[in-house]
Amino acid sequence: MDGTGLAISLAKAGFVAFLLLNAVPLLVWLERRGAAFIQDRIGPNRTSIAGFALAGLVQPLADVVKFMFKEDFVPPSANRTFYLLAPIITLIPALMTFAVVPFADVVRIGERLVQMQVADLNVGILYVFAIASLGVYGVVLAGWASNNKYSFLGSVRASAQMISYELSMGLSVLGLVMVFGTLQLDDMVRAQGARLFGVLPLWGIVLQPLGFLLFVISVFAETNRLPFDLAESEAELVVGYHTEYSSMKFATFFMAEYIAMTTGAALIVSLFLGGWQVPFVSSETLNGWTADLLGPGAGSWLAALIQFGSFSAKLGFFLWLFIWVRWTLPRFRYDQLMRLGWKVMLPLALANLLVTAAVLLVIDGAAGR
Amino acid sequence: MDGTQVAFYLLAGLAVATSVLVVTGRNPVASLLFLVLSFFCLAGLFVTLEAHFLAAIQILVYAGAILVLFLFVIMLLNLGQGEPGLGLPSVPVLALSALSGLAFVALLVFTVREADIAPITPARIEAVDLAGQATVGSTEAIGTALFRDFLLPFEVTSLLLLVAMVGAVVLAKRER
Repeated sequence: MDGTGLAISLAKAGFVAFLLLNAVPLLVWLERRGAAFIQDRIGPNRTSIAGFALAGLVQPLADVVKFMFKEDFVPPSANRTFYLLAPIITLIPALMTFAVVPFADVVRIGERLVQMQVADLNVGILYVFAIASLGVYGVVLAGWASNNKYSFLGSVRASAQMISYELSMGLSVLGLVMVFGTLQLDDMVRAQGARLFGVLPLWGIVLQPLGFLLFVISVFAETNRLPFDLAESEAELVVGYHTEYSSMKFATFFMAEYIAMTTGAALIVSLFLGGWQVPFVSSETLNGWTADLLGPGAGSWLAALIQFGSFSAKLGFFLWLFIWVRWTLPRFRYDQLMRLGWKVMLPLALANLLVTAAVLLVIDGAAGR
Repeated sequence: MDGTQVAFYLLAGLAVATSVLVVTGRNPVASLLFLVLSFFCLAGLFVTLEAHFLAAIQILVYAGAILVLFLFVIMLLNLGQGEPGLGLPSVPVLALSALSGLAFVALLVFTVREADIAPITPARIEAVDLAGQATVGSTEAIGTALFRDFLLPFEVTSLLLLVAMVGAVVLAKRER
C-alpha cells in the first residue's frame, strides 16, 4: 500500500470512528426526548450554555462532564484486573464491527477510485459476526469480576441470551447470502440497486421478508435492548452486569451499547434496505446527473454525499425504531426469551434457509445452470 | 524481511507466548483469556496466508462461542478465587501425558514430512487465479472443498457431532 492509499484508509477509519463516537451523545439525547415524547412529558430542557438549551442537546455535554469528574470507585472485593479490563473489552468489538459497512458508492479522486467503506473483506458479513461474538466477553467478565450476585446473574443471562440469538441472527442472513451469492456487504448493496418489474426496488426486505424480521429481532436481542434487556432488568437485578461500575467506566458500557445499536441498525439497512442506494435512482443514473452538473470528479463526490444522506436517513429511522420499541413494549420474562429464541426463531430461520435454497435450485435449474 | 514475515514472526511468537501462559497461569480465567489471545494470533496467521474465511471462522467459532462456554463453566465452578495450586500430578498421569505428547510430536513430524507444503506466496495465489480456479483459502475454495471434494467426510463429521449432542442431552436428563 502506497502513501496515498494509507492516508485514504486512515481518513476513512477516522471518519467512521468520529461518526460512531458522536452518534452516542446524539442517541442519548434522542432516547431521553423520545421517551419524554412517548410518555407525554417534556424531557431534559434546562441545561443550557449562555441561555441556549438547544432543545436539550446541551444535556449530553453536562452528562459527559459529570461522568468524567464523578468519583471512580472500584469495589474492594472485585477482581481488579478483570474489573478494569471488562469495559475496554466491551467497547473495542463494538467499534470494530462498523468497518465493513459501506456508506456510499465509489468516489473518484483523480485517477483513483475510492470505496466508501473502511475494509472490503472477502468474508464481509462473517467478519461482523466474528467480532460481534466477542462482545459477550466484556459483559461476562464485568459481571464476574464485580463479585456481586446481581452483576453475576446479569452477566450469566446476557451471555446465554447473546449466544442463543447469535444463531438465528447468522441463519437469518444466510438466505440473503445465497440470493446475492456473496458475503461482501458492498456487493450486496450494489445488487440491491436492481428493480423488480422496473418498479419495486429489489431490496433484501423484498427478497427475504422473514429473514428481515428475524434479523431485526436478533439485533434487538444482541444489543440487549428492550424488550430483551434481561441483562439489566432494573426491577430485579439493579442494572445487572454494570451495577458496580461508576463514572467513566459505566459510561464506557453505555457507549458500547449505543455504538452496537448504531452498527446493528447500519447492518439492517445495508442488508435489507438497500444501504446507500437511493430509492428509484440507480447509482449510474445519479452519477450521470451529478457528472453533468459538476464533472466526473466532483460529481462522484456529490453523488456519494446524496447516497450517504440516503443511508443516514434509513439508519436514523432504525435508530428511532430502537427507541420507539424500548418505550412501547414491556420486558420479556427469561423463559419466554429463551423459548422465542430456540423454539420459534431458530426453526423459522432454518425453514427460511431451506425454502430459499429450494427456490434458488429451481430457478437455477430453469435457467439451465 | 518483508511485511508478511514480520507479521508471521510477531504473531507466531505471540501465539507461543500466550499458549505457554495458558498452562502456567494459576488463575483459570486469566488462562482462558490468554487462550483467546492465542486464537487471535492464529487467526492473524491465517490472514497472512490469505485464508480470510478460516480466520473469521476461527474467531467466530473458537473465540466467540466455544471459549465463551468454557468461561461460563469456569465461573460457575468458581475456580478463580484463591484456589490452591493442584501440585504435580501422580507418576502414572505424568508418564501418560509425556507419552501422548511424544505421540503427538511424532504425528506432526510424519505429517509435515509427508505433506507438500510449498509456501503460499502472492505469486502462487495469482497463478492459481489465472488458471480460472478459486483463490486459495477464499470462501469459494473452502466451499468447493467441503461440499464437492470432501462431501461425505464432512457430512459424517456433522452426524458425529449430532450424535454427541443427543448423547449429552440424554445423559443430562437421566439425572432427574
